[in-house]
Amino acid sequence: MNRNAKDKPAATKARVATIWLDGCSGCHMSFLDMDERLLALAEQIELVYSPLVDQKEFPPQVDVAIVEGAVATDEDIEKMRLVRSRTKVLIALGDCAVTGNVPSMRNSIPVEDVFDRAYRDNAQLQPQRPATNLPVLLERVRPVHEVVKVDVHIPGCPPPADAIFYIISELLAGRTPDVAAVTRFGK
Amino acid sequence: MTRPSVPKPAGVAQPQVVTLRIDGRDVSARSDETILSVARQNRIDIPTLCYLDGLSGWGACRLCLVDIKGTPKLLPACVTLVREGMEVTTDSPRLQKYRRMVLELLFSERNHVCSVCVSNGKCELQAMAQRLGMTHVSLPYRYPRLEFDSSNDLFRMDHNRCILCTRCVRVCDEIEGAHTWDCRGRGIETRIISDLNEPWGESSTCTRCGKCVNVCPTGALSQKGTAVAEMTKRVTFLPYLTLMRNSDEP
Repeated sequence: MNRNAKDKPAATKARVATIWLDGCSGCHMSFLDMDERLLALAEQIELVYSPLVDQKEFPPQVDVAIVEGAVATDEDIEKMRLVRSRTKVLIALGDCAVTGNVPSMRNSIPVEDVFDRAYRDNAQLQPQRPATNLPVLLERVRPVHEVVKVDVHIPGCPPPADAIFYIISELLAGRTPDVAAVTRFGK
Repeated sequence: MTRPSVPKPAGVAQPQVVTLRIDGRDVSARSDETILSVARQNRIDIPTLCYLDGLSGWGACRLCLVDIKGTPKLLPACVTLVREGMEVTTDSPRLQKYRRMVLELLFSERNHVCSVCVSNGKCELQAMAQRLGMTHVSLPYRYPRLEFDSSNDLFRMDHNRCILCTRCVRVCDEIEGAHTWDCRGRGIETRIISDLNEPWGESSTCTRCGKCVNVCPTGALSQKGTAVAEMTKRVTFLPYLTLMRNSDEP
């Protein structure tokens, strides 16, 4: 989508970022499911940061940041604080970002037990817990709005492409979308 | 746990006809009717979760709270009788705020993970959240560790999804007459139990009729063998049974 930036001056386009925390990437897949409408959207937005583009650092002055996934590690918290400080409108996309959803199902189980289950109990060879260069799991997985202020919540697992398109289009037009009219928890 | 559905006005032999206003509309009703019943007869829909037509009113979920002029407290429409000259408001920004708060409390109290629930897409709690425009829970989630009773060979009880509406308790007591279900504990520690807090499968009173499963508004009670979004509840038996019973009365 960055190539389209040549067609129009970048200043007139909204700078949009997408972030992937603890989630299955299904919300990003649903985003891509907008299909040909992505072309229409590309006329209005410039995708400045996303798992879908090759950009390592979260850039400054982002108009809209769309977050998929729950906050599960210390790295996620730091990332969200940086994103929030550089973003005008922050959207929590999907049930993981909005409620914690499936990742939060470990919350009633101590983290140590979760690690044992994943790396020791079921390992046949060299059972060991990875210890270096990895983000530290939080005791509890949290929805994004418990860590930073969220402006728009879009529930759904994943939210339908139609809902994402409607909500983003309304926001780009400067209107407030009626989110509950197009999606719900578990949709 | 059984209590009369609606307290009858003392000393009134015959119900009287009263007139009142609901949302600015003049309506008439019998004095032994609840605000909820009269509102619905007049096509004014007040949101409810614990109420179910055919079972006694309980006032557990507090979604049907309404504003009555001259009363400082909000009152549950399902267990409040109409009075002459009453002025009832069923919808206002204040009521919407409290109803959303009630829903947020229900969602945060236990583990309602819609995406992996047997009742996804058919759940009354989920549908109510959408209807009332609740797109997130602003209260911190509790994430309690709760049990799952699969001891019954036909059905299962998942306490993670239970909202303590007590529909199962009431249908088992009032319609089936078995009174297998009841509540133990108080407040946030309340749990639905079968018999004397024994595994459901070992219950000596359960008739395995499945009425509790069908009236359950969420995925708390479900049929075995159902996976995500596969549990459809059928409550059509309830008005039918109630009608048949009432017609037997002299």
